[in-house]
Amino acid sequence: MIYIIIAIVLGIVMIVMSIIAIHHKNITLAILSAGGVSLVASILYLLLAAPDVALTEASIGSGLTTIIFFYVLNKIKKHKHVEE
Amino acid sequence: MVNQILNISVIIILLSVLMSLFRFIKGPSTFDRIAAFDTMTISTIGLIGIISFLSGRGIYLDIAIVYGLLSFLGVIIISKYLEKSL
Amino acid sequence: METLKIIGAFIVLAGSIFLFLGSLGMVRMPDLYNRIQAGTKASTLGTILTLSGIIFLSSGWTGKLVILILFVLITNPVSSHILARAAHSVKLKLTDKTVTDKLTEDEELINEKQ
Repeated sequence: MIYIIIAIVLGIVMIVMSIIAIHHKNITLAILSAGGVSLVASILYLLLAAPDVALTEASIGSGLTTIIFFYVLNKIKKHKHVEE
Repeated sequence: MVNQILNISVIIILLSVLMSLFRFIKGPSTFDRIAAFDTMTISTIGLIGIISFLSGRGIYLDIAIVYGLLSFLGVIIISKYLEKSL
Repeated sequence: METLKIIGAFIVLAGSIFLFLGSLGMVRMPDLYNRIQAGTKASTLGTILTLSGIIFLSSGWTGKLVILILFVLITNPVSSHILARAAHSVKLKLTDKTVTDKLTEDEELINEKQ
């Protein structure tokens, strides 16, 4: 019973974060929300008794993707600054 | 007795996650939203600890360690990017 | 043995109440810096109390839980300090009731000397 309540509340958090990631104008916030969706999804995998999938989802979806997005964004800004 | 007290604690932690989500939606600047995200993930580490006791598996605590590490990394990278010193 | 478990469960309950108070401060405070202070202090104490209660409940996981408590105790203040420094360096507005701001005064003093 308590697992169902946890799953419903975390599902609400996940839906709100994905709507923010799609519809917001600020790109930093969109990347942060996309990382948050992966972090919440890893807890849902944990409730379904799959710890290995949860570990992979958290480390790739939230760690690697966020680092690569910000690295590329920083490179693009420096490149524009040099061209001007 | 023990399980009922733990169920009440789980419900209180879920309420705190929802209140942090309210600040994440509303917050005026980007930094407010990052602080709300930080509070939400720190609350969720305690939630993972209680879930790991209720289901009786010790392997879930390893995921809590990885979870805390990734949340710390994300907050530091975004702060350094906004400070323009990455 | 049974009383030890009940003590552990009440420690977990106290930790979850501290986490709730941290999120309440995150909603009610008027300013970014106040929000960071309320959120970080209360939620660090709440997480530490929750994990210590689980040590009382099941004694086989003590090593992992102590490592997790030390990890939270080190990383959470560091991340909020970096966040507050970044917010101060882009000159985010303070609230009207702020009395003193020593860092801005010091930066102005250094600029005058140069």
